[in-house]
Amino acid sequence: MSDSCAAPDQDAALPASVDIEKETVLTGTVVNDEGELVQGAYVRLLDGSGEFTAEVVTGEGGQFRFFAAPGKWTLRALSRYGDATGEVEADRGLNETKLAVSR
Amino acid sequence: MAREDVLVTADWAEENLDTPGVVFVEVDEDASAYDYGHIKGAVKIDWKDDLQDPIRRDFVNQEQFSQLLSERGISNDDTVVLYGGNNNWFAAYAYWYFKLYGHEDVKLLDGGRKKWELDARDVTAEVVKREPTNYVAKPLNWDLRAKRDEVEAAIGVKNLIDVRSPDEYAGRLLAPAHLPQEQSQRAGHIPTALSVPWSKAANEDGTFKSEAELRELYVGDAGLDESKSTIAYCRIGERSSHTWFALRELLGYEDVKNYDGSWTEYGSLVGVPIALGDEPGTK
Repeated sequence: MSDSCAAPDQDAALPASVDIEKETVLTGTVVNDEGELVQGAYVRLLDGSGEFTAEVVTGEGGQFRFFAAPGKWTLRALSRYGDATGEVEADRGLNETKLAVSR
Repeated sequence: MAREDVLVTADWAEENLDTPGVVFVEVDEDASAYDYGHIKGAVKIDWKDDLQDPIRRDFVNQEQFSQLLSERGISNDDTVVLYGGNNNWFAAYAYWYFKLYGHEDVKLLDGGRKKWELDARDVTAEVVKREPTNYVAKPLNWDLRAKRDEVEAAIGVKNLIDVRSPDEYAGRLLAPAHLPQEQSQRAGHIPTALSVPWSKAANEDGTFKSEAELRELYVGDAGLDESKSTIAYCRIGERSSHTWFALRELLGYEDVKNYDGSWTEYGSLVGVPIALGDEPGTK
């Protein structure tokens, strides 16, 4: 991992140090109209008031992952196949969402 | 300075991929992004390996910068177009270096890699080889770079702009939530600093907002005093390069500096004042 502000590899397994009993993880995949996983999609996490919190780029598995807190979040995916928005009411543990992008 | 003097659109870039004297440079912290695919003809600069001194905690000096650009085949009179991932953070950081070392003609590709990808424009994995040049950097321009003593002296005197997330500003977090890395000893912000997260200066496709929107953001919403000088900072100096670009290059404020030591340095200094919470605080 680098010491910059950039997001880590989204396809990597959840690190062993992450305790999903304690953490609130928002994860999922981005798919296109054909149902194919989308690599290189930009997924943004917006907080309850719609403010930008973080952004990651999906890897080969079309996967994204954020560490957040319980509460209301918005996921926004942008890609060459179109955009998608998803609302999440996150609880502690894993919260999975599929974002289907379209024009 | 006009927007078109410092930013190029993706359309302009696509039309000028083969224009002699125009060099595209991808700047990333994730080197594998370039190898997977880059704009045709673009050379790569690695944020860490190429732009930081390997030993001292500082960035490359005048000689190292000259050597880097010579190796990459960039000439003093080339038009350099920088782009990268992360909403152009590292490209903006490199832009700041090019200005620090006196390069005349340097621009950012508006939206960077992200806009290029969203537009579904072509990328290639082709290896780019340019003939080495004899690049000569100018001495570092200290009008653009703030050091720690100057930052402390600016409390309550100049505009200080903290571009980190609100939680980092308030002292609830030491680093962005998903990044347990390089951290300062203490949390909080520099007293009197205004909180304007970098992301507010960009549209969701990574392009910069219009000058009118930016002026409203900094002056109208945040309360930046246009009669004063400004220093921008973040955690390690790259997000604040993005804001430095918006303030100096797009809005045209003359005395704007980037504090690249940023919070990792300031938050570890002994005896300096720190403010906690969502308010700027007082001197």
